[in-house]
Amino acid sequence: MNLFRRLTILIPYLWLLVLFLLPFLIVFRISLSEPVLAMPPYAPQFDLGEGWAAFRDALSQLSFANYVWLTEDALYRNAYFSSLRIALVSTFLTLLIGFPLAYGMARASEGLRPILLMLVILPFWTSFLIRVYAWIGILKPEGLLNQFLMSLGLIGEPLTILNTNTAVYIGIVYSYLPFMVLPIYATLEKMDYSLIEAAQDLGCTAIGAFWKVTARLAVPGVLAGCLLVFIPAVGEFVIPDLLGGSETLMIGKTLWTEFFNNRDWPVASAVAIILLILLVVPIVLFQNAQARAQETGS
Amino acid sequence: MKSLGNVRRSFTPWADGAARPYIAFENVTKRFGDFTAVDDLTMHVYEREFFSLLGPSGCGKTTLLRMLAGFEEPTSGDILLDGQSLKGVPPHQRPVNMMFQSYALFPHLTVADNIAFGLKQEGMERGAVAERVDQMLKLVKLEQFARRKPHQLSGGQRQRVALARSVAKRPKLLLLDEPLGALDKKLREETQFELMDLQEQLGLTFMIVTHDQEEAMTMSDRIAVMDAGIVVQTGTPGEIYEAPNTRYVADFIGNVNMFEGRVTAIDDGLAEMETGDGFGIRAVAQPGVSAGQHAWFAIRPEKVDVTRRKPDQDQNAVEGEVWDIAYLGGLTVFNVRLDSGTIVKATVLNSERAVEDPIGYEERVWLSFDPDCGILLER
Amino acid sequence: MSGRWTWFNVTSVVLGFAFLYIPIILLVIYSFNESRLVTVWAGFSTRWYVEMFNNQGLMDAAWVTIRVALVSATVATVLGTLAALALVRYTRFAGRTLFTGMVYAPLVMPEVITGLSLLLLFVSINMDRGFWTVTLAHITFSLCFVAVVVQSRLVSFDMSLEEAAQDLGCTPFEAFWKVTLPVIFPAVISGWMLAFTLSLDDLVIASFTSGPGATTLPMKIYSQVRLGVTPEINAVCTILIGLVAIGVITATMVTKQRAVADARARQADPA
Repeated sequence: MNLFRRLTILIPYLWLLVLFLLPFLIVFRISLSEPVLAMPPYAPQFDLGEGWAAFRDALSQLSFANYVWLTEDALYRNAYFSSLRIALVSTFLTLLIGFPLAYGMARASEGLRPILLMLVILPFWTSFLIRVYAWIGILKPEGLLNQFLMSLGLIGEPLTILNTNTAVYIGIVYSYLPFMVLPIYATLEKMDYSLIEAAQDLGCTAIGAFWKVTARLAVPGVLAGCLLVFIPAVGEFVIPDLLGGSETLMIGKTLWTEFFNNRDWPVASAVAIILLILLVVPIVLFQNAQARAQETGS
Repeated sequence: MKSLGNVRRSFTPWADGAARPYIAFENVTKRFGDFTAVDDLTMHVYEREFFSLLGPSGCGKTTLLRMLAGFEEPTSGDILLDGQSLKGVPPHQRPVNMMFQSYALFPHLTVADNIAFGLKQEGMERGAVAERVDQMLKLVKLEQFARRKPHQLSGGQRQRVALARSVAKRPKLLLLDEPLGALDKKLREETQFELMDLQEQLGLTFMIVTHDQEEAMTMSDRIAVMDAGIVVQTGTPGEIYEAPNTRYVADFIGNVNMFEGRVTAIDDGLAEMETGDGFGIRAVAQPGVSAGQHAWFAIRPEKVDVTRRKPDQDQNAVEGEVWDIAYLGGLTVFNVRLDSGTIVKATVLNSERAVEDPIGYEERVWLSFDPDCGILLER
Repeated sequence: MSGRWTWFNVTSVVLGFAFLYIPIILLVIYSFNESRLVTVWAGFSTRWYVEMFNNQGLMDAAWVTIRVALVSATVATVLGTLAALALVRYTRFAGRTLFTGMVYAPLVMPEVITGLSLLLLFVSINMDRGFWTVTLAHITFSLCFVAVVVQSRLVSFDMSLEEAAQDLGCTPFEAFWKVTLPVIFPAVISGWMLAFTLSLDDLVIASFTSGPGATTLPMKIYSQVRLGVTPEINAVCTILIGLVAIGVITATMVTKQRAVADARARQADPA
């Protein structure tokens, strides 16, 4: 193996070991500790300088107490379920809006498609925070949406949308829409339109052909899109924090609060580990789908 | 077949026992995991030879070429170039250049820069590089395209840039991996002759990989027919066509009719063979063929005569029914179905075919041939 | 796919884009509002832009953010390109599965976890938090995005180009430097731009890993937004949106122009 090749592997490998894998092990280790009022605010501390016995003693102090507590405490349980529910509902809503959009784009003329594609990607490049912020001005009680609806006479008094779960749904759908549209568009765009004509030739109605051919062939794109929305939505922090209210329980927000407000590092770590465990299944699903797409696509 | 007329010069170093091979594969084996791509292969190629490796995909011909260029190392055995072992010599230090099947033109460089790439790498001085590039562009008739990028060229033009780039360094040996594979049929035929001219002009040794037997026949001094990692036969196009040493070679090069049977007797250099198609064959017996053995008789379609009348010979004649007739302009192909069910192909030159009252479909006809027209094969 | 563009298609595309763009457009419009009350239009004004540029805290944060983004994007591009090379070229080395996992995992990792874990690392090695910790954190998560972008280009890269370079006298490294890198360079640039934007945008990871004196612009915006919507923030957002839009549109135009030039060259064939 030549030097160039060795360095190519070694440099990023070491980097990720130290700055990605090692931090996880630390999170896991701290999740087994107890919070204390000190800096760093957890115990036991490991110090190999104090000898083997002290190390063993510290090791024996580690426990799964935080995990037991997290599963027994209704607040945390609710936060997990609520995160999953909000992510699931938002993913479904995103699909509902994203699929017709991707489908319409795929059927646009050859010349129009690149422009539409750029228009979908453009918001993705603009700051997430800015896009969430934009909705505050629209959704708040004296905001633009309420002003608009009242001027039309549709409502008599302002609707309360900001600081509710509805606002969180809107925020997630809005922020993650490009993640849904792009993979679906990619599969639909590759699709041969003569397949639909063939289906109609063989006796399908237009709707039948859509359902039996287009929808079936779009499944990989839809799956990829749903996972791309669902996975980050579960751990989302900014949207529930800025748009959601006190009743909005989401795990990313809980972690943040434990860490910054309660300074309970061990519990925050345990919350992170459980969140990761929740996401293992969808992440593995996603990686498999990606691997399959790469095999067939290229 | 035009290959038969391929006698461009008298050049037969392989027949001269004293000539030293320019490239020598000595017991070369190459394995990829469990797969043996090249199996204990020994082969010699001589200076200024136009040598073709012919075979279906996966037969190991490209691996052979890549080992010569240095992209693969033999698992065992050795490759000598001009008497020097190539073991451990990295590709960039080998005095060999290669023209890639995909052309591998650098897309970010212009045509001129592509051609100059190897020269600059060699440390050739600027003025000399420019001069050589001009010379190469002229050679491949692409003077006006020097400033173009590869994606602005047609397939045929790209092929010529790749060729110019690979000969710019004046390598003694040029390796060509399916050099004409990406061109359409007409362009391919023109380019075949251009390649031959170029090889002769520059006095290079060419080693070419192809799966197209017609291409190999047209251009080569010698052809090595490969199958599953071994060379089945090496010879001039004429030898390979007229005297294939196995059914594999006979079948791979051109069309052939094959009759399976048992040798019953050998008499005065002629073998008598019993076939399963209800007729006897008498054919020239190769040394080593003995009575009682299983054998195949291979005969080319153009060597089979088609007549209405029964020829006056008991052997090498069989009756059948015209099953199909294909008119190909210069010649006509008859597919004749023997009573045994075997279909035999026979081609008749249209200049010799009866214009009045030609043989038609479903007619009963006789097929016949001379003892020295076909070849008896043991395997 | 193509075919007829039905009314249904047109409607869904128009509504979809309206949903995507109206909030941004409103944000931009109200950045030019005279009134401090963001949602009440009181005439055109650029006073909030002036105030924004006079807001020292905001300007400092912007400067920190740009520095972090420049450094982290550049380092992440180098590391991510190496990682992509390792993934595509070298199919067999010890721990490849782990390596692949570590490259892909950060793409789908919730930011709160990445942020938390990096912070705990910095704490346990007693590293002072500030500019460099944020930068290290950003390098780590954006190198994975760069790796994916470059990898997708490398997969379709014709390896015979590199072999041809070696055949013409290049060592393996020279072949990479003179042929592979120039050919995949557009992907490397996209990777850099992606890493730059990710760093520019990031709030969560920066909040965890930053320290005194290294407040980034998103952190600053976030702390102000929590106090309420202000036209000044609208102005900051408008400028950021404008920069991104100019960048993306320029990139698209350049690609298009190059395609047009190629087509023209082919038409004007002297042969």
